[in-house]
Amino acid sequence: MYLAISYTFQNVLLGTTLLGVVGGVLGCFALLRKQSLLGDALAHASLPGVCLAFLWMGTKDTYSFLIGAIFTGVLGSLFVLGVVRGTRIKEDSAIGIVLSVFFGVGVVLLTWIEKNHQSGNQSGLSHILYGQAATLMERDVWIFVIAGVIILGTIFLFYKELKLLCFDREYGKSLGYPMAALEILVTCLLVITVVIGLQTVGVILIIASLITPAACARQWTDRFSWMLLLAGLIGGLSSVAGTFVSEQFHRIPTGPTIVLVSSSVLIISILFAPQRGILWSWLQSASFRRRIREENLLKDIYGWVEKRNDWSRWPSLSNLMGVRGQSGIKIKKIARPLEHGGLLLVTEKAMKLTEKGLEEAERIVRKHRIWELYLARRLDLPPDHVHRDAEAMEHALSDEALAEFEELLGYPKFDPHGQPIPARRGSSSKAESKATGGV
Amino acid sequence: MWGLEPSHWTVLIVGALVATSCALLGVFLVLRKVAMLGDAISHAVLPGIAIAFLISGDRAPLLMIFGAAAVGVLTVFLVGILNRTRRLKEDASIGVVFPALFSIGVILVSYFAGKIDLDPDCIIFGEILLSHLDRIVIGGVDIGPKAYYVCGPILALNILLIGTLYKELKVTSFDPALAASLGISPTLIHYLLMSQVSITVVGSFESVGAILVVAMLVVPPAAAYLFTHRLWTMILLSVGFGILSSTIGFFIGWWKNCSMAGSMAAAAGGVFVLAFLFAPQQGLFARIWVRKNLRTRFRSQLILLHLQDEVAVQLEILRKRFGWSQRRLDNAIQRLVRQGLVERIDQGVKLTSSGLAQLEASGTESLSHRVE
Repeated sequence: MYLAISYTFQNVLLGTTLLGVVGGVLGCFALLRKQSLLGDALAHASLPGVCLAFLWMGTKDTYSFLIGAIFTGVLGSLFVLGVVRGTRIKEDSAIGIVLSVFFGVGVVLLTWIEKNHQSGNQSGLSHILYGQAATLMERDVWIFVIAGVIILGTIFLFYKELKLLCFDREYGKSLGYPMAALEILVTCLLVITVVIGLQTVGVILIIASLITPAACARQWTDRFSWMLLLAGLIGGLSSVAGTFVSEQFHRIPTGPTIVLVSSSVLIISILFAPQRGILWSWLQSASFRRRIREENLLKDIYGWVEKRNDWSRWPSLSNLMGVRGQSGIKIKKIARPLEHGGLLLVTEKAMKLTEKGLEEAERIVRKHRIWELYLARRLDLPPDHVHRDAEAMEHALSDEALAEFEELLGYPKFDPHGQPIPARRGSSSKAESKATGGV
Repeated sequence: MWGLEPSHWTVLIVGALVATSCALLGVFLVLRKVAMLGDAISHAVLPGIAIAFLISGDRAPLLMIFGAAAVGVLTVFLVGILNRTRRLKEDASIGVVFPALFSIGVILVSYFAGKIDLDPDCIIFGEILLSHLDRIVIGGVDIGPKAYYVCGPILALNILLIGTLYKELKVTSFDPALAASLGISPTLIHYLLMSQVSITVVGSFESVGAILVVAMLVVPPAAAYLFTHRLWTMILLSVGFGILSSTIGFFIGWWKNCSMAGSMAAAAGGVFVLAFLFAPQQGLFARIWVRKNLRTRFRSQLILLHLQDEVAVQLEILRKRFGWSQRRLDNAIQRLVRQGLVERIDQGVKLTSSGLAQLEASGTESLSHRVE
């Protein structure tokens, strides 16, 4: 593999990476404030600003572009704010209006410039749409560095205030922080990022660098500080990877490649991130379902014996198959981990609960019957209606909640069907004495 | 005719066709709070166009529209899936999906640069002026610009959709739960609407460009929304605003010799700003006026309450008691005088007989209640 770190490539790599990092960090604020598409509007709204700056200064200069873009960008975001606050029009329409109208004005200016200024300047402006990472100069990269330092520095300085802005704007206001000013500050930072992005990935793809890394980072953590760091990291690394890939294939432009890399990271994040990932929650619900099946088996064995009131005879596999209509293979499968856990003794003829298994089964039956009693007594449900509900609840009820229900019901001995509620073992002697004392 | 060349008439007609098509659908996008889906679709269809191009090797309009509409629906579908995972909010889902699809499109276009004669510039900006030159010739007979035969049927389709599914669209837009209980599937209607949006966006592309389509989808309906809360009126108004914007935009573009699509979008913005300022109830000035009026009414009621004990009072005392500026006091007094409830006496005001009657009739209770 031939990888020439040429001078131009070095500039491109630095520029896109900086954009990735800054866009990722800043995107977190937009994402958490549910204003992801504001970046889209700002990106479009900066076009007329850039054109105006060009008309004013007559040169293609990043600094004047920046000032022009900030001007129209802030104007656009104020417009969105005014329309949303003042009328019945919702934010999405307001953003759509700013986006299309400002951009339309920008296009008018752009074509006007092209027709009236012949001095070969058109090259600079039309790249704004798609960006031309390959034309990045060392000077541009320096401007990026400065802008990046300013943006990240501002976020660092106002970290606490900006965090408040994202999570509890009203609380921040009541503490006396100037929340409106902070909002405009974030908008300015967004516009600066957008202008950096204009030259590297273009108007349309800049929005991806503002949203996608932040959306990825959100999947991996619930902590704000970690989210910022991760988003910056993901944004930066996606840019590095995308830039290298597009360098390998000469006809693939850099910006879109970066977007596709970060989009792939997002898919991976949504599928595989711990806690929030789809795979994770699927596994969790699978393990919960397995636990339910195991608990039901223990309960069924207990119930079978209890019904015959003969604690020396245990049910066979075929007896248990009759209870829920499960196949023998399935019951064996459920029983295996219970056997390994020492709760169950499986012989040719019978499935026998061990001491530990009996204790566990009683615990579940207790939950079931106490919940039934609670529904019947407290919620006045007829006794023949409570079984189904308790069947689901017994697996979800925590031991602490159970204790409270017990106390609430006055340590009952029988469920609404007249079946005994198994006594609590070991540590529950106190509760028992209390209960007998009450009688 | 009227000093306009035939090509200008083409532009005007195509502009009006597109504006009408978009305004019809846009009303529902704005009401359903999915205006940005229109924007997303307009960018995301690029890969669909590119793939259609690769297959046909030509600008076959039907295949392109079909390909793009498919990708448009795919966009809506992907946004829906991301949304349903509940890992991302709706706006973030939109913002993630369409740049990714657009990227695929850009990569396809640049990778097969030799095979796809497609200028992304043209897709974004469009060049409505050229629509006059691209004509359909059958058997040597020129039957008019191609844009007519693309935009016209699309408009007809949109009218057909809204005409036949008006009730369904209305109920799903305002109360999806009610719609579901009536047996109308909100999802089905949503996808129908969105595929029609995709078709409209794509069909309008070549002639006017994405940016004008987005402008026409969102801006005129939003402006119309400021004037009315009746769906029918809103549809008619937004069509009117759309045609007005495209016409004004045409003349600006003609006059300044700049992008017609851009100036049409800008004109739509102008129409919206006017609506934002001057709409009868939702407009900025109307709201300021209503607020001012309420304040004056409130003040004049305070004065009336004050007068029930004293009948006549010096203006200076009122001013001191309430701490109002001279102008505010004058406005309130003027209102009372106009209603004939008080009359001016030397340096002060006095309750008239009708004022007294009013005070007694309305009951001081109800007035004092308002004062609290």
